[in-house]
Amino acid sequence: MKILIIEDEPQMMENMRQTLEREQYTVETACDYSTANKKIGVYDYDCILLDITLPDGNGLELLKNLKQLGKDDGVIIVSAKDSLDDRIKGLNLGADDYMPKPFHMAELRARVNAVVRRRTFDGNKLIEIGNVTIDPESRSVHINVKEVVLNRKEYDVLWYMIANKTRLVTKTALAEHVWGDHIDQTDSFDFIYSQIKNLRKKLSDAAATIEIEAVYGVGYKLLVK
Amino acid sequence: MKLLNHTTKYFALLLIVLISIWAVIFYFAMIDEVYDSLDDGLENQKELIIDAVKVNPDLLQDTDFGVNNYTIKRVDYIGQNKFKDSYRDTLMYMQNEDEYEPIRLLEGAFEQDGKSYRIKLITSMVEEDDQIENLFTYLVGLYLALVLSIVVLNNLVLKKVWKPFYSLIDKLKGFRIEKDEPIKQEPTAIDEFNLLNQSVERLTEKSRDSYIAQKQFIENAAHELQTPLAIAINKLELLLEKNELTGHQTEEVGGVLDNLTLLTRLNKSLLLLSKIDNRQYLEEEQVDFNGLIDNVAADFLDFATHKNMQISVVSNAKARYTMNTDLAIIMITNLIKNAILHGEEGKEIAIEIEENKVIIKNYGQDKPLEIDQLFTRFKKVSADSRSTGLGLAISKAIADKYNLQLKYSFAQQHIFTVIFNTKG
Repeated sequence: MKILIIEDEPQMMENMRQTLEREQYTVETACDYSTANKKIGVYDYDCILLDITLPDGNGLELLKNLKQLGKDDGVIIVSAKDSLDDRIKGLNLGADDYMPKPFHMAELRARVNAVVRRRTFDGNKLIEIGNVTIDPESRSVHINVKEVVLNRKEYDVLWYMIANKTRLVTKTALAEHVWGDHIDQTDSFDFIYSQIKNLRKKLSDAAATIEIEAVYGVGYKLLVK
Repeated sequence: MKLLNHTTKYFALLLIVLISIWAVIFYFAMIDEVYDSLDDGLENQKELIIDAVKVNPDLLQDTDFGVNNYTIKRVDYIGQNKFKDSYRDTLMYMQNEDEYEPIRLLEGAFEQDGKSYRIKLITSMVEEDDQIENLFTYLVGLYLALVLSIVVLNNLVLKKVWKPFYSLIDKLKGFRIEKDEPIKQEPTAIDEFNLLNQSVERLTEKSRDSYIAQKQFIENAAHELQTPLAIAINKLELLLEKNELTGHQTEEVGGVLDNLTLLTRLNKSLLLLSKIDNRQYLEEEQVDFNGLIDNVAADFLDFATHKNMQISVVSNAKARYTMNTDLAIIMITNLIKNAILHGEEGKEIAIEIEENKVIIKNYGQDKPLEIDQLFTRFKKVSADSRSTGLGLAISKAIADKYNLQLKYSFAQQHIFTVIFNTKG
């Protein structure tokens, strides 16, 4: 799986590279428009992380070039400007996703995973982990071939934890993903604990071989037994 | 007190003093003139009589006033200096008026054929009290006429002259630094007003420029902070994921992360405020507040449940308003979030939707909040370090942008009301 990160801020790029390499992706980088333009012309990538504001050009132009070349690499636009305008432009130009900066590493992994999976298996592939199977299309969960009914939030939590399996996911990252950006200013994310508790119970009741572990009040981690 | 009335007041006071002094002087001057004239008349008459007596000595028998206005009396001796005329005022019974009236009397003496005679002549005189009364009446009339004409003059002429001034004041009164262009006035014929207009124009232009610069600065600063914040957060997340830290260290890093997250939120809120102020949200559409509120309330269900609260949404009518959907969501979200954050555990949060308003009520501390500071930026009710103190300020900024009224009141519950203008 090959990923191209187009990003002009070196530390930002380094963080993204590290976290994606840990997921066993092959990561290439480009820090300006011209380098990136050459790379997308020569190689195919499973996913391109595209910063819109580059020192020598606009990232959206790269996206146009890519589509003109007839390529269908997955593209996630990464932008410091969280503007609706850019989002709509990007998605209209054929980007798969749009991620405003700043974002959590967990969010980055989840989105890259989703794009790669969608493209590689045409979105029909079931996610399997331990004895748990998830169908992202129908949002259904099977444990030991038996369906387990989760509510919307529980499903979202499980999906996100699986996308970040064995990694510590902070409460903030989880809450922002599942409950949305608007929930952000709530005094603490303790309320997500009750959802986790219910989910844990359902998992253990169905004898799942995965479990969600709390880590020192900082966040949660999904482990495969 | 208005400037016009103010000057009129001083004119009126000054006129009272001036006219009073003038009245006294005028009265004495006039009376003096009257005496002078009367006395001249009496003297002339006296000489005529003395001349007539020489021709017709019978006249010497007129010892009573009767039909004549003079008397002649024989006297034995008159001192040399008694030949001098003397005038005095006295009273005499007037038949027609049936009372004593003041008269002017001339007393003189003359010699005829070696005999001495005393002659008295009278003439009726103006009545002094009548005179003063008349004078007073006319002066009051004059005074009122003067004040009236000043008022009229002020209102007609001065008002016209001061028109540029009042129009400037009107513009200044309605001036909103965040909305308006600098105040520009048409040039007038009056130098002082031109100077004033120029100064005001320069002042408003400067204030506006620095206001815009300040806004721009906040936006730029917030924007520039984003990247280092993101890098710091991501680095710590990577550090945590490595699983190399002890439990205690993980907690410490978690604490740092929490604070950085708070900083990021603060930053995001500042950016949002700048964007609202800088009118960067242009797309508008009919927002269905009933649906929107149901969704937001559903988003907060878990959080409310955690605080053992219920959110009840009562839709009494369809509420719709044309504005940017994202901002509508943010406005309602912040209000509901605020209600949950500061609401009392175990109590209900009641949301009512009417045709032209949305009411959000929550229980909480049992006294009203300070309305003046409620919507100010960085105003925190509690010392809660998790709150950015910008939530209500953002709601207010959004409401202001779309001419909605956001009001707070207290009646056992804290009540926030968003009122839509009926323009729809």
